[in-house]
Amino acid sequence: MSDAPIPAIQISHVSKSFGQGQALVEALKDVSLEAFLGEMFFLVGPSGCGKTTLLSILCSTLKPTSGNVKVLGTDLTAASNRRLTRFRREHVGFVFQQFNLIPTLTITENVSVPLLLAGRGASAANRLAKEALDRVGLGDKIALRPGKLSGGQQQRVAIARALVHSPDLIVCDEPTSALDSETGHQIMEILDEVARDSKRCVIVVTHDPRILGFADRLAEMEDGRILKITTGTAHATG
Amino acid sequence: MITLALRMLFNDRAKYLMLVSGVAFASLLMIQQSGVFCGLMSWTYSSLRNLRAPIWVMDPKVEQVNDPKPLRDTDVFRVRSIDGVAWAAPLYTGNVQGRLPNGNFKLVQLVGLDNNTFTGAPGPEKFLAGSLEDLRLPNTVIIDDFAVQRLSDGLTNPDGTTRKIGVGDVFDINDHEARVVGIVKAYRSFTGGPYVFTTYDRALQYAPPTRRMLSFVLAAPVEGMDPAVIAERITRESGLQAQSEANFRHLTLFWFVKNTGIPISFGTTVLLGLIVGLVISGQTYYTFILENARSIAAFKAMGASMPLLIRMLITQSVVAGLIGFGIGVGLAAGFGYLTAPKGQPPFFLLPEILFGVAGFILLITISAALLGVIKVARMDPDTVFRG
Repeated sequence: MSDAPIPAIQISHVSKSFGQGQALVEALKDVSLEAFLGEMFFLVGPSGCGKTTLLSILCSTLKPTSGNVKVLGTDLTAASNRRLTRFRREHVGFVFQQFNLIPTLTITENVSVPLLLAGRGASAANRLAKEALDRVGLGDKIALRPGKLSGGQQQRVAIARALVHSPDLIVCDEPTSALDSETGHQIMEILDEVARDSKRCVIVVTHDPRILGFADRLAEMEDGRILKITTGTAHATG
Repeated sequence: MITLALRMLFNDRAKYLMLVSGVAFASLLMIQQSGVFCGLMSWTYSSLRNLRAPIWVMDPKVEQVNDPKPLRDTDVFRVRSIDGVAWAAPLYTGNVQGRLPNGNFKLVQLVGLDNNTFTGAPGPEKFLAGSLEDLRLPNTVIIDDFAVQRLSDGLTNPDGTTRKIGVGDVFDINDHEARVVGIVKAYRSFTGGPYVFTTYDRALQYAPPTRRMLSFVLAAPVEGMDPAVIAERITRESGLQAQSEANFRHLTLFWFVKNTGIPISFGTTVLLGLIVGLVISGQTYYTFILENARSIAAFKAMGASMPLLIRMLITQSVVAGLIGFGIGVGLAAGFGYLTAPKGQPPFFLLPEILFGVAGFILLITISAALLGVIKVARMDPDTVFRG
């Protein structure tokens, strides 16, 4: 038996273009990479380099123009839209830059959404959502609406929502860009703990140099290509 | 998720109230105007409701009950002679001027009933005062409750205070004395004149003389026979026109629908209600969808299927619509309740109106939801990753 890392994401020669003719934009050009369970994998690079497009393809909200995408053993390039919807519902947790919490619902209701989508009963979803909020330190605020919370607290709610249904892949789009340095650090500590203790693959798209220290590996992107993949300081320090 | 969808709607107070108000206003407008229209239309066949007879016989050219063409007096006997007719009686109806104690004139709907049988007279349950038998006394009439309002101008007590006309009071019809011996509850006439019932012969004295005076022959089939069948036989054998009461009611109603601008006028208002409801609720709901676009895209990204999102959107819209409809029905019923004692404007709320308006509201709300569905269907789940 070996401790070899288990691949969560395997993509090879993926390209993605938008538009046609003179308006054609090649967002991704022949991208290949692998990411593993228990790993914090960062996609970094300047605006417009294709990292968000790559993230969308990894979590199956966008289909590539060419190439192969295999996530958690599922070939996403061959799957139907219905299958992809089910795949996201069961295997992917999302943390968005703008949190995307529903302002008219309480944070418990917000966190329960992935469970309800998966067909869990309301009372079970409510209980598990409260437990998830407790894990991110918001157990005393379960009845509040997002508008009553700070940006950092809202992002923690979003993390609780991303984790509540125990997905193996968590995708984070600029999770700290709307937060101050200290709060961003706290958020990354939570995500880091999730990756390591729960053996999940956490993909982070970021511009924020303050959090690069949390990466196990970083893919630096430019003009739709991966320039290089380097090992992060998190890995170096163990 | 459906419960969460409803909570999303209810907790967005401003949008929710706007949506419900729009639908409530549209429902009120459609129900109230339809109710008044039906009330007004029911006035057109009031004579058929006040004078009950299974078969009405008339001139072949008659199109509706308010416009009789005079018949020969002998036509009563012709009708009586037809096989299957149990009885037949003459009836006079016409508009004449009544003169009030203060010298004013008011139009009244004069009804002359068969001298002996009073065929077609209001039943005892309709009497508020007096009795039908007193109509056998000289110069006597029975008035309806509306006449009490219309014919009381200038009536005073010995102490000078005003009072209403009642049993024992006298007014003039074409310079003939008319002494009130009874007051009945009656449906109001379309022309606005109160009903004044008297005997056929006395009605001929009151009314301006013409060569022919008989307005209708009221008849009934022998027991067990269908009025429509006997009416057809009377038409065939007498050359007159005979209609069952139900048929004549429909003929009268549809004559007014076809020959007056009333349906167009009310129909326009109902249509406006529909359009206003559609525009307000459609726009408000569409704004609600736009404002929640990112949340809905997030739902899609998180794995919400299109059928689920469609169910959520339609539930939100239909629930708001039904709540608005309920409020609209309540307000319209309140209007009817307030105007019922006066009877003006007439308000007649048929179950068909409620079902019809409920159908329109469902149409409005589902259309509004479909606008949202189209928007959501076009929304890419990866919208959530774009700025």
